[in-house]
Amino acid sequence: MQTEIKFAGFGGQGILLSAKLLAYAAMKQGYFVAWVPSYGPEMRGGTAYCTVVISDKLIGSPIIKNPTHLVAMNLPSLEKFENDVKPGGIIFINSSLIPVTSKRTDVTQLVVPVNDIAMKAGSVRAANIVALSAFAAKSKLVDLDLLKECVKEEFAAKAKIIPLNMEAFDQGVKSAQTA
Amino acid sequence: MAKVLMKGNEAIGEAAIRAGCKNYFAYPITPQSEVAEYLVKRLPEEGGVFLQGESEVAVGYMIFGAAGAGERVMTTSSSPGISLMSEAISYIAAAHCPAVFVNIVRGGPGLGGILPSQGDYFQATKGGGHGDYHLLVMAPDGVQEAVEMTMLAFTLAEKYRGPVMIMGDGLIGQMMEPVEFPDDLKTEPTNKDEWATSGMDFRKSKKRNLVKSLFLDPTALNDNNLALKAKYQQMKEEEVRFELYNGDTDYRVLITSYGTMSRVCRTAIDMLKEEGIEVAMLRPKTLFPFPEKAVFEAACKDSCKAVISIEMSMGQMVEDVERCVKGKRPVEFYGECGGDIPSPEKIIDIIKGLL
Repeated sequence: MQTEIKFAGFGGQGILLSAKLLAYAAMKQGYFVAWVPSYGPEMRGGTAYCTVVISDKLIGSPIIKNPTHLVAMNLPSLEKFENDVKPGGIIFINSSLIPVTSKRTDVTQLVVPVNDIAMKAGSVRAANIVALSAFAAKSKLVDLDLLKECVKEEFAAKAKIIPLNMEAFDQGVKSAQTA
Repeated sequence: MAKVLMKGNEAIGEAAIRAGCKNYFAYPITPQSEVAEYLVKRLPEEGGVFLQGESEVAVGYMIFGAAGAGERVMTTSSSPGISLMSEAISYIAAAHCPAVFVNIVRGGPGLGGILPSQGDYFQATKGGGHGDYHLLVMAPDGVQEAVEMTMLAFTLAEKYRGPVMIMGDGLIGQMMEPVEFPDDLKTEPTNKDEWATSGMDFRKSKKRNLVKSLFLDPTALNDNNLALKAKYQQMKEEEVRFELYNGDTDYRVLITSYGTMSRVCRTAIDMLKEEGIEVAMLRPKTLFPFPEKAVFEAACKDSCKAVISIEMSMGQMVEDVERCVKGKRPVEFYGECGGDIPSPEKIIDIIKGLL
């Protein structure tokens, strides 16, 4: 069984980190993982996307054209990648920045205003953590407690912002349950 | 040791440290700059030195200097940077100095692009610089192998007293995968006293060592080339490494592929298997020495009707494959090298076209 998740947004939104944390948690759970960034001449404010592959066997090609799920953090990302998602997958939509939903009817759409939730939790910069935990709660790809530990570990060197990210994580999980 | 999740470039840097490399000289170039970014922080912690050269030409000779002094030394670069270093690599080979070069290949020729490619196969395996020399070249297919090969490269560079290259590509450098580091390389550089210009005060031998590549006497030059040739012969006997995937089946087609491209082929082979079509892959892990005998034997299996070399190039390794198959089977080629890695579905179409 192999699952592929594409995270997409603009540079600076922290999608590479969200993707890395998901891959890290999956690795700790015993899966084979690969984290593949798009690396072009991108810059802050430009597009950024990244694919995580999670598998119970050795991963062959890590280059994925049609991912199982998509996490879209801004409108261009949704427009660019929504048609690539495999039927039955999840399309996660950051409704704080995306005023529309996907035209796809063969996928599950998870619509969460992650920027607004992050601002309420203390800072818009935690939006990527809200998206990560909301998506993880819906997709059930990894254990949520383990993922939360991974987030905490990631910010170990910046202890000041751990409470913010823990709050963001919890609010993300909650939003997935009510969305 | 537990698995860690690391980018290929960073993992290569850490592997060098664990192999006892205390000297790293480099000049930044995409897609491998993270190696330098990692080592500029880590090397001083280990008592090592990172120095950024003013160009890759300078870096090549910084490597030569450290290698000539018998120090464990590495540089990393990407295609155009390796071209600039090739003159020094030729000198290093001629002077029998151990050094490790990592080429995280990007598209060429010229400045090309920054996306993954395998267009430097000729440059890596056939010399690159002037004169009769080879590098021992290893090609990892992921982050784990990149680590293992980087550490092994130091051992082999010292065993053969010559330059060893790791040929990766942009994807191997940029991708994160779980990695488990082997035990640290505990050995000291071997036979240093016999040849290295390490300073008379620092070694037991009182012999005056000389590191040089100039041999004006025809007999001496011929002897040096014979000594190099003997090393390459020994590599062919002792260092050939490869993997045969799905080779125990009655496969109808044999793919030859390496590095990132081989992973796509692996997925294509698994998908074809589900359709009842058996295909095998011979993946060289050492590009020089090339697995000549293994390619010949795998191609000559009764069930095998054709061989195809699949590369992110316009057809380079295929020339070695043709040489090894010796006309016993038709040898085809498929390659792309703009930076987009062909999909498993594309490979499947190509294979089906051969059946």
